[in-house]
Amino acid sequence: MDETPNILELEGIVKEFSSVRVLDRVSMSIRQGEIMGLIGENGAGKSTLIKIVTGIYQKTEGTVRLDGKQVNIPDYITAKGLGIGIVPQEFNLINYLTVYENIFLGNERNRGIFLDKSAMRGEARAQLAALKMPLDVDKAVSDLSVAEKQMVEIAKAMVLDARILIFDEPTTTLTAVEVQHLFALMRKLKEQGVTMIFISHKLGEVLSICDRVTVLRDGILVSVDPVADLDTTIMARKMVGRDFSQVFPEKVDSSGKPPILEVENLSCPVLLKDVSFTLRKGEILGFAGLVGAGRTETMEAVMGLRKIEGGTIRLDGKEVRIHHPREAVDHGLAYISEDRQGKGIVMDYDIPKNISLISLKEKYKKRGLIDKAKEAESSEHYIKEFNIVAASKRAALRFFSGGNQQKVYLARWMDTKPRILILDEPTRGIDINAKREIYEFIHRLAEDGISCIIISSEMEEVIGMCDRVYVMREGRIAGCLVKEQVTEENIVFNATGIQKGMKQDG
Amino acid sequence: MGENKFMTYVRKFRLKEHSLGMAFIVLMIIATIVGWPNFLKVRNLTNILRQISYTGIIGLGMTLIIISGGIDLSVGSMTAFVGGISIFFLNRFGPDSTMGIVLTFLFALLLGSACGALNGVMVARFKMAPFIVTLGTMSIFRSLIQYFSNAGTILSVNMDYGKLGSSMFLGLPIPVWCFIIVGLVLHVLLNHTSFGRYLCATGANEQVARYSAIKVSVVKFLPYVITGFTVGITAIMWSSRLNCINPSDCAGYEMDAIAAAVIGGTLMSGGKGSIIGTMMGAIMLGIINNMLVMGGISAFLQQAVKGFVIIVAVLLQYNSGNSK
Repeated sequence: MDETPNILELEGIVKEFSSVRVLDRVSMSIRQGEIMGLIGENGAGKSTLIKIVTGIYQKTEGTVRLDGKQVNIPDYITAKGLGIGIVPQEFNLINYLTVYENIFLGNERNRGIFLDKSAMRGEARAQLAALKMPLDVDKAVSDLSVAEKQMVEIAKAMVLDARILIFDEPTTTLTAVEVQHLFALMRKLKEQGVTMIFISHKLGEVLSICDRVTVLRDGILVSVDPVADLDTTIMARKMVGRDFSQVFPEKVDSSGKPPILEVENLSCPVLLKDVSFTLRKGEILGFAGLVGAGRTETMEAVMGLRKIEGGTIRLDGKEVRIHHPREAVDHGLAYISEDRQGKGIVMDYDIPKNISLISLKEKYKKRGLIDKAKEAESSEHYIKEFNIVAASKRAALRFFSGGNQQKVYLARWMDTKPRILILDEPTRGIDINAKREIYEFIHRLAEDGISCIIISSEMEEVIGMCDRVYVMREGRIAGCLVKEQVTEENIVFNATGIQKGMKQDG
Repeated sequence: MGENKFMTYVRKFRLKEHSLGMAFIVLMIIATIVGWPNFLKVRNLTNILRQISYTGIIGLGMTLIIISGGIDLSVGSMTAFVGGISIFFLNRFGPDSTMGIVLTFLFALLLGSACGALNGVMVARFKMAPFIVTLGTMSIFRSLIQYFSNAGTILSVNMDYGKLGSSMFLGLPIPVWCFIIVGLVLHVLLNHTSFGRYLCATGANEQVARYSAIKVSVVKFLPYVITGFTVGITAIMWSSRLNCINPSDCAGYEMDAIAAAVIGGTLMSGGKGSIIGTMMGAIMLGIINNMLVMGGISAFLQQAVKGFVIIVAVLLQYNSGNSK
């Protein structure tokens, strides 16, 4: 094992932000050609460490050695020059440009004073072919799927001959199938001798792709182990620092309960075709499928956020027409979007303003003006109930961690006293502790008779939480899985359409 | 309890308006020194307030539009248009009665709101770019009033009309009272009503607002109507001051209104702004102008100084926004 030389060595890395130590003497070394997993809760220091390696942050103390030689990385351009590339969590692609233009962005090939477009096209094509990526180099990036955009990011790093490639939570927005593609690609890169660092919250994925795993907790290096010595329980324990009994609460049985929401033959132009499903009172219903299968669009149509072409929606057996989210709210519906920052919270608003946004007129009005005392009191209540950790409740939400933002977002919708709560990817990008809190919260709601729908691309989440799961494919319901049918296999088969003869259930 | 509340208010106020308040005080001190002893004379101060009140009132409405993520370039032409049509209305329906003046005032408010609604419908309902829409209506209003007046001055025949704009009430000119009252009303609207909350949310991120069950098109429509209303007030104040209106009057009002808002800390990208800030911004512009006049600086240079102040204000805003 020790014959492989270390390519990257970090020694005693310390990072302080205005005297708050976020990394405390972290030392680790990465071997030539391995895939190193990097895990830890949000705020454990993973991103900070990566940003130091890629020159985005400057370390307070410590040394970085590349191939045994001490290096100084003052900015990202230097890092790129040293062969360190990153596939960022949020893509840095320009939508209006084509694939090859993005691949060569900032690194254009010139002929005289003009761009050498044919050379760039050719090189981009060769690079994509070498990585076995079936992508048209002239396609605009805006037309690509999330997985394809990620391929462009990888190709962008690889044209610079990256020797160390860092993946920052690459699988967060991918479906199971796309994740498998990514892993195949990573294995191919490994064969080519590329060293990789893989950051993820998904422990199963880390186990399946990495050679060794580094665990960080509160800015301190906890351990570096070969995957053979690990399983998800051990990893979770190392991350959290204590025993982590069970992530999912016990399932709620709602088989005998009356239906509360019945959707029949719901259609939207292009996106949805004849979607029908039933939600029972107090049920936790799952919606699985690939990204773009129409799950989000279905819920948006129900909420009045999309124009409906045909179909009926019944609440408690009575047909309703919903043209605007306001009407949905009045009917007791709530929808928590997957895009927390783009469609959810107001980043510049503080906690009280964010929580009261929807229920403002109903709950916080006194003689036509906002009752700010009542607003503060109510947010106080939610901060306690959801265990929201905030330095100040007057601080804007942009300064909060993902988990705390999500809790505030959840609190806003709970303040409307919903009967039906639709959660779209409710735990995306948040750490295990916050995740478990949210699972337990959903569970409590269901016990109190509030019906929940969970849309999730994380299969374990759907399997762990739901008794009944609808699987969508290409804008249609592909199948409904009940109880013991809810398995990873069945979901994948229904989502991709490779399975035949699945039992249907209304 | 009351004192406690007051203290928190003071603390919050300071935090928010810190830099603007400091700039205001510094400017006052400089003006006092440079303009000694004339600057501090009540007559001079009253004059400054009167001068800035016309565009200041519109700036208050403009603040709401900018917070919503829009802009209104048509306010100057709209003022001339509403003012001119209102004098026609006065000459026709109340050439010699006080009642006629009251009716004309109401008519101007209505007409202004309607003109604003025209802008608002195109922006909110038809989702057109505010810059383009109001660039168009700016030409339309100006052209129409020039046509109706044959490009000549529109004179009021009501002898009492002029009193409205030039009278004083409790030591302050009527337009200044309008400025203060509209400012207070809009301040409350922005900070203490659900509309104000929705407005900032919509300006900060329209998608978030839509997904939060806010009626975004209504929220984007109303600021234009409110601005039209403020234009109505200014149209009456300005035309009654001179007892007439010239169809080429009030050009460039949009710039002063936008400048007051920007200097007052309203973000051009929307989502954040302050009515009190705009009031201070308008007054600061007035003080600077006053200093230049008293200092005998060429009138041609005064616009350059104003432009410089605007750029510095935006620069400061940009830098503080960047450090987030």
